Amino acid sequence: MAIIKKLKAIKIEQNHLLGIQNLSFSQINDILKQAKTFITLNKSSSKKMDILRGKTQINLFFEPSTRTQSSFELAGKRLGADVMSMNIVNSAIKKGETLIDTAMTLNAMHPDIIVIRHQDSGAPNLLSQKVNCSVINAGDGRREHPTQALLDALTIINRKGKVEGLKIAICGDILHSRVARSNIYLMNLLGAEVNVVAPKTLLPHSIERLGVKAYTDMKKGLDKCDIVMMLRLQNERMQGSFLPSAREYYEYFGLTPDKLKMAKKDALIMHPGPMNRGVEIDTNLADDINRSVIREQVELGVAVRMACLKIFCKKT
Amino acid sequence: MRDKYLINARIIDPKNDLDEMGGLIIDSKGLIKAVGKKVSNGNLPAGASKIDLKKQLLIPGLVDMRVFVGEPGYEYKENFRTLSNAALSGGVTSVVSMPNTSPVIDNVSMVDFLKRRGRDKSRINIFPAATLTKNTEGKQMTEFGLLKRKGIIGFTDGIKTVQDPQVMARIMNLASQSEALIMQHAEDNILSKNGLINEGEISTRLGLQGIPFLAEKIIVERDLAFLEEYFCRYHISQVSSEKTISVIRRAKKEGKVFTTGVSINNLSLNENDIGDFRTFLKLSPPLRTENDRKALVQAVNDGIIDVIVSDHKPQDEESKRLTFAQAATGASGVETLLPLALELFHNKSIKLKRLISSITSNPAKILGVNKGNLDKGSDADLCIVDLDKKWTVDKDKLKSKSKNTPIENRKLQGQVLKTFVKGELAYEGI
Repeated sequence: MAIIKKLKAIKIEQNHLLGIQNLSFSQINDILKQAKTFITLNKSSSKKMDILRGKTQINLFFEPSTRTQSSFELAGKRLGADVMSMNIVNSAIKKGETLIDTAMTLNAMHPDIIVIRHQDSGAPNLLSQKVNCSVINAGDGRREHPTQALLDALTIINRKGKVEGLKIAICGDILHSRVARSNIYLMNLLGAEVNVVAPKTLLPHSIERLGVKAYTDMKKGLDKCDIVMMLRLQNERMQGSFLPSAREYYEYFGLTPDKLKMAKKDALIMHPGPMNRGVEIDTNLADDINRSVIREQVELGVAVRMACLKIFCKKT
Repeated sequence: MRDKYLINARIIDPKNDLDEMGGLIIDSKGLIKAVGKKVSNGNLPAGASKIDLKKQLLIPGLVDMRVFVGEPGYEYKENFRTLSNAALSGGVTSVVSMPNTSPVIDNVSMVDFLKRRGRDKSRINIFPAATLTKNTEGKQMTEFGLLKRKGIIGFTDGIKTVQDPQVMARIMNLASQSEALIMQHAEDNILSKNGLINEGEISTRLGLQGIPFLAEKIIVERDLAFLEEYFCRYHISQVSSEKTISVIRRAKKEGKVFTTGVSINNLSLNENDIGDFRTFLKLSPPLRTENDRKALVQAVNDGIIDVIVSDHKPQDEESKRLTFAQAATGASGVETLLPLALELFHNKSIKLKRLISSITSNPAKILGVNKGNLDKGSDADLCIVDLDKKWTVDKDKLKSKSKNTPIENRKLQGQVLKTFVKGELAYEGI
């Protein structure tokens, strides 16, 4: 009892959500606990709250995104914030303005939260040094995608009760994946055992130093796993000669019923989307309502982002 | 001008294997007339103009083999005047200027411009390098013979590497005939494509594209294979990894003759210093692991690495205030070369005389210039140093036009007190 009180007493002082690496155990628990309360709210007929009434949220997306951007937009609106999504294609960035100048311009409009996605790793860090509102990372380069990892954790907790003690396999293009990195940090922190499975050309240098076991044999990597997280394989990877062909990739690293047999009987299948059916995942498995929680991930994504917005919004 | 007497100094002159208390006489033409313990207070003529150095260190003015000037084209980053002021405050009296200007230095008409600007605007000795290939494109070689006759000290594509093996083989073949000095920046462009920092745990954590050590090693191995067939004056501008050192060590054991340089940054910093995307530490070659750094230090000690350079690359603040991927590469450093090198002496990594030779007599010997020594009759290019003075780097106090120092707030020990060029006091610290 005393321990729980102590955890509650720790306030989130850092205003930005830049990555899982910057979060403490108690901050993560706060976010997940808060998100749980929003799951039920999102299912009710009256979804609107006024927690962030009067607050301004700017979505700054430098990379195309459907689900993350709409998820953040919906999350902000449900909490009562004024949400503005910047269309970068038409913005001054395309005319050569630097990220910092854009940030200063937006800052002058006194937003309370900026949600940023950028193709360069570290862009949210740079932004956070220059603005005096909260910065939330919605994915930067191949570094981190913290809200995706948090929603994955929430999905797992929702189904399995906890993350601690589970065995989780993350499979696919680990090298280019920010989702993989954030999940490695988060699942490790929450007490899971993490395997990564990928062809050698798609495994980052020294990945074991992040606290995972690396496998190039998918069956071995999936052995007795509770969770199988598949990653999207971007088509352009074929051109860079990372892989010989999609056909060979599917043969060795695509999730098929045969390979899934190695995992536990009740293992869950996850995917951050968008999926390439028949490239990284068997199409029937993706739709198997007993195994696949892919749609649930999207649903809980809104709840997690609502929790992050509420917790990280600048206190005034 | 009368003779000047510098007395009561600890004199180190690696070329002449000199390390003793004594003095130095500068004659009326700015040349060194006498040096050593025989020059002391007791035997000076009455009324002589004398400077008591109070037991401070007197060494030859530094020779920095790798410095980028902004002229022509990037005057807003650095011009000859600001470079000269920066160099003098760091005890550097001679520099080799890199040809990566705009336009690049790849033809004889540019050489006159450089020499004139260098002479009019700076007080240090500028030894201009020209490119190895036209417009640093790696295709058509430049006119080594004509450029050399005009006063070009050596040839390098600077920040670029000649990728085509056939072109490189022909360059080395031709250079052996004209005795041109080839200075290679060793980096395979395809292996390092889009690379930002050393490939390893840090690049994985930061999500930045890595530059593998192989990108450097493979070019050094290739060039050393050519050297066996086409013997020329070959110098590796900078090395950064332990694996390359092993290649060099082996080649030297086999009797191959060539020289090697290293940036003071790679000797004093490692990839961990990049921290939270500090773009001032985005360098080429990249900072590598602590093991690599230690191997480089060892190689300087063993004489496997001959030269330490500042790799002075001024960048304006705007080009560094960007995301790591977009930020410009390079760090300012000519004025902190000596104090930062002295850190390696103070922490007992490298012996003082070895350290000083790597920034004075060794580079001068490679370049084939009469600099970096205290020979009788040489220009009195001198640097007076307080070996023990403690100070903290403050970018706003730097003389360079650009303030992109990678060692902001670093506590250093050893500071330049006075710098003489051709016998004249060109800098005096406060």
